[in-house]
Amino acid sequence: MEQMLVNGVVLAVNYALIALGITLIFSIMNILNFAHGQMFMIGGFVVYYLYGIFKLNYFVSLVAVVIVLGVIGWSFETFFFRRMRRMATREENSMLLAVGTALLLENLALSIFGEKQRGVPPVVTGVFRIGTAYLPAGRLLVMVLALVLIVGLLLFVQYTKLGRAMRALAQDREVTHLMGVNVDRVAAYGFALGAALAGLAGGLLVTVFGVNSGVGNVYSIKAFIMIMIGGAGVVPGAILGAIVLGFVEAIGYELLPGSITYLLIFTGLIIFLLLRPQGLLGKPWG
Amino acid sequence: MSTLQLRRRNFLVGIAVFVLGTVSFGGSTYAQEVLKIGVLGVMSGSAASWGLVNKYCAETSAQLYNEQGGFEIGGKKYKIEIVPIDDKNDPKLAVSGAERLTKQEGIHYIIGPNVDTTAASVQPVAEAAGAIYFPYAFQKTLYSPPHGNAVLGMIASYQAGPIIYKYLMDKKGVKSVSFVARNESDPLNQRDEGVQAAKKLGLEIKSSDDTYEPGTTDFFPVMSRVVGKGADLIVLSGVAPADAPLLIKTARELDFKGTLSTETAQDIKILNEVAGAAAEGFVCVGGASTPEIRSDEMEKFVDRYKKVAGEWNDEAGTKVYALEIILATLKKAGPEAINDVELFKKSMPDFTMKNPFLKEDKELKYVGTAYFSQPRQIGVPMVVNQVSDGKFQALFVGSVE
Repeated sequence: MEQMLVNGVVLAVNYALIALGITLIFSIMNILNFAHGQMFMIGGFVVYYLYGIFKLNYFVSLVAVVIVLGVIGWSFETFFFRRMRRMATREENSMLLAVGTALLLENLALSIFGEKQRGVPPVVTGVFRIGTAYLPAGRLLVMVLALVLIVGLLLFVQYTKLGRAMRALAQDREVTHLMGVNVDRVAAYGFALGAALAGLAGGLLVTVFGVNSGVGNVYSIKAFIMIMIGGAGVVPGAILGAIVLGFVEAIGYELLPGSITYLLIFTGLIIFLLLRPQGLLGKPWG
Repeated sequence: MSTLQLRRRNFLVGIAVFVLGTVSFGGSTYAQEVLKIGVLGVMSGSAASWGLVNKYCAETSAQLYNEQGGFEIGGKKYKIEIVPIDDKNDPKLAVSGAERLTKQEGIHYIIGPNVDTTAASVQPVAEAAGAIYFPYAFQKTLYSPPHGNAVLGMIASYQAGPIIYKYLMDKKGVKSVSFVARNESDPLNQRDEGVQAAKKLGLEIKSSDDTYEPGTTDFFPVMSRVVGKGADLIVLSGVAPADAPLLIKTARELDFKGTLSTETAQDIKILNEVAGAAAEGFVCVGGASTPEIRSDEMEKFVDRYKKVAGEWNDEAGTKVYALEIILATLKKAGPEAINDVELFKKSMPDFTMKNPFLKEDKELKYVGTAYFSQPRQIGVPMVVNQVSDGKFQALFVGSVE
């Protein structure tokens, strides 16, 4: 029982960090970033090379992740999505473009990084006992760092000028533009921030799970599940979705045999979406 | 001679050299026959290493032969051309890939696919097109009559499992076992075969219904349950090289003190990088060419493989055999067999050659009659390894008949 709760908390925090980036991009630009998992994967590889191979300080490597993924996110928005937004009349076009960027990143990664699973030395070692439960120090560190990042992001979005502009853009693009906000610039920063968050999640979790070129889609799917539960484009919704998914997964694997857990998760999700398509915290009008 | 005349002469000489060079180069290229070999398997996504290792092995061997002027069959040297197709582990793509290889490319010999579902889907295409294929999937019906076009490329889990369990019972006093498998056809079949083998040997089965979804990276929830059963041995059925170190690490973090094993081949670099010291004592089937038993020819192959793929992969020690045995069997069956696989099949029962990848003087032949009622398996050595001080140490080397 205690192990189940510990597993649930750890999963929920990790998942929250993954879901936040994708919901941020969706809220600002109304684009479901299919390449989110691939950005997570690239973050993992940046840390693998800088910390694992070139032996740079782990936290310096995380800063590099923010820069690399920030530039990738900014470039995607500036050179691909902005142009698409101006030219295309149908929303499906940006969705297809997002799928294309995911395939591009995955195949580039396969060519550059190879097919093998990679791992890095642990940043901290040891295992803590909490009652009868085990919590490795590496997981605890990731959980603490993820919590700091989540709180930091919430404060940034709530209290900074750029954060307020992002929230305004999420609510109404036209009105934001009329208020004198450079919406293109804010959208590019928003995409960069979302990509950096995905990369940071990858950079944190590579110390626990390792990384490989094909891992992206799995994280994208989990991120989609979370934002569907919590409500697409709602930051607290992403966190709530992560908590629900993390605990359902932990409880399911503990109490149910086989892969009934994910069968139940997907069945439950279908029923839930039939009853509340906007998610727990989303608004019916979008 | 004026400068202009000199330039004109140099120009004409240049043209003549170019034309002659092109004619002679083109002439030699077109004179040589090409033998195309298909590689069909998963080359992207989380299981990419399985298919890519097949591709890299075939490309490496082809390079080595082509540098010597090609491979000789019936007194004629053939340039080996590898045609790879990624099936993404999807049966639909495997079917379309097999159709492309057999119908568009006219290929009769295919290495792969990698799993039961894709191998089974390719079966009707290969049989209708008159092609032989070498899957790395363990489903017995693929290789048993009335089917005869598939040849298993490696040691199956139901061949290695009982031997590993018996060894662990005798040497480590293992009395009980738990199984955990990925929720996919191949690993689940391997788990079921493993459970049957363990029961026959008298092991107590503590649990066998725990599975995880493909793509899982956090194994704490599923392994909490498995470790909680208190078995002496946890078998990771059909585990992929990407998942094995994470499962091992998680089991050790959950204070599991027993033995962990699998019947699939793993990669020591991945185990060391991801699981670290937690991988010590892990038992697995090895690539069939571990450093202790390699011949000079295998060493040469390893060096070239590193150039082709970037780094060595232990799986390649097993997968190096497929192209080698295809070419050697074609040599025995004669050039007509290149387009007529029935001639190839007729040569299989009596085919034998010196194993070029082993130091010792051992035979390489088709085996598997005891399992499939016909010789439809490459007789690669069965190497069982244990991780010791961050390296694979061969526990024993056996064979399948």
